Amino acid sequence: MEEFEPTIIAFVCNWCTYTAADLAGTSRLSYPPNVRLIRMMCTGMVDPKYVIKALLEGADAILISGCHPGDCHYINGNYKARRRVRLLKEILPRFGFAEGRVKLTWIGASEGVDFAATIKEMVEEVKALGPNQTKEQMVI
Amino acid sequence: MAKTAKIEVKEEGLIAAMQGFFKTLLEKGDINGLLVPQRLPMKNAVMPTLVTDPEKINGTDPLAPVFPINAAKVVSRLTRRPMYGRVAVVLRPCEIRAFVELVKLKQARIEEVVIVGLDCLGAYGNVDYHRLAGNDGNGSTQKFLQNVLSGKGTAWEDIDISPACKACEHPIPENADLLIGLLGVDTKDHLLLQANTANGEDILDKLKLPTAKEPEGRKKAIDALVAEHSAYRDQMFEETSEATADMEKLTSYLADCINCYNCRVACPVCYCKECVFVTDVFDHEPSQYLQWAKRKGAIKMPTDTVFYHITRLAHMSTACIGCGQCSNACPNNIPVMEIFRTIASFTQKAFDYEAGRSLDDEPPLSIFREDEFQEVVAKMH
Ligand code: SF4
Ligand code: SF4
Ligand code: SF4
Ligand code: FES
Repeated sequence: MEEFEPTIIAFVCNWCTYTAADLAGTSRLSYPPNVRLIRMMCTGMVDPKYVIKALLEGADAILISGCHPGDCHYINGNYKARRRVRLLKEILPRFGFAEGRVKLTWIGASEGVDFAATIKEMVEEVKALGPNQTKEQMVI
Repeated sequence: MAKTAKIEVKEEGLIAAMQGFFKTLLEKGDINGLLVPQRLPMKNAVMPTLVTDPEKINGTDPLAPVFPINAAKVVSRLTRRPMYGRVAVVLRPCEIRAFVELVKLKQARIEEVVIVGLDCLGAYGNVDYHRLAGNDGNGSTQKFLQNVLSGKGTAWEDIDISPACKACEHPIPENADLLIGLLGVDTKDHLLLQANTANGEDILDKLKLPTAKEPEGRKKAIDALVAEHSAYRDQMFEETSEATADMEKLTSYLADCINCYNCRVACPVCYCKECVFVTDVFDHEPSQYLQWAKRKGAIKMPTDTVFYHITRLAHMSTACIGCGQCSNACPNNIPVMEIFRTIASFTQKAFDYEAGRSLDDEPPLSIFREDEFQEVVAKMH
């Protein structure tokens, strides 16, 4: 059997984590190709419905990543994101989505190494969880 | 101690006593209008009415066991901008709770209203009510009150009050200026009128009603009802959690949903002027559907059914006050209230919040603190 390759959708803020991902690329750090980056201006823009939709469409996990507390370019977007992730972690597991399918991290613009490490680690974690239950579902 | 008075009940009965009281309130209470449920003159439909003429309250029946709309929505309309007048609004406890949420969400203002709350004995679903009451509004309300107040319960033939009402642990109004009490009160003789705020006391004084004391048995009667409802609620939470525990089960739970969004329209706290689900965002390209179908071989149409429900849960379960209007409005009998209340019990607890409790608690998704919920942030190794 082919090994399961998870798909991870990552909502990353333009100013920190996206820049870190860029840096990881230009520094030739290798990380697994399972992640699709979606660049947002700020994690404060990530409406819960983006996460819900991605999981219902069959993404195996979602990463939300932005600036460290105090560093958000819109002052407090990351604090709002943290509340929404708290909310999603309360709701989604009750419908059978393992808690590990949604992850929040702070990765600053210069932390390309951390970005690569985070993706590596997350891919391993999600492989252990197995494929998302919605992959084959015709009703979403 | 709250100031109390009595609304005397004469041989004409409870409903007439209530009507007499509202007339007095409108005449002497220093208010410009009264929002109160009335049976409409042309048909036994119980709707909120805005009354300014004391002669036009003959169909008033806030004890009728039905509420086709959560009237907090109507109060929101009345108070969104200045009304230039003071209106007393007669509400059920869950309507007051919804109103409290709407005020905090800046969809209503409390300045120009006097809240009159009633002990709530529950209500039947809209369709069930018509089956039971037919055109005999007065008689059916009387029979209902008699059954409930004599301890015979709410079941009527094969029909009972809605699951939302059975699971309601707040049958006594909170945050009312004036409270009309029935539980534990000798309703053959009088109703209890209690002023819970300075505003309420002011009005109570103006009405010059005979004084009364809160009866000994009231607290016990309330505790017993709350205990019964809480037990029903807890079992409902358990059964609903079990019935929706994974996507297979959840899609089965929602299988009859046709994306009509009635549940959202009827919900008093889902307040967006333009819900995202009816915007262009969901006006997908036809070719997009074909692509989705191709990926899985088949998709159910309309799409985004589960997406809608989980999103609505994320957007507003922290504000759900459990009125059950969502279930009431569903054409396909989906237990919407059950899933909302169940999830709401967890999301509200997560933020140490209870929807409808107080004007001072801040809605969880409108605020944040710098130092909180560290546990949801993954640590770097
Ligand atoms: S589902 Fe969300 S977007 Fe739609 S009305 Fe409710 S809160 Fe607003
Ligand atoms: S979700 Fe249902 S029970 Fe909750 S407030 Fe809205 S209509 Fe009432
Ligand atoms: S009212 Fe019923 S059918 Fe309509 S969207 Fe809500 S759950 Fe679905
Ligand atoms: S700009 Fe990076 S989290 Fe707000």
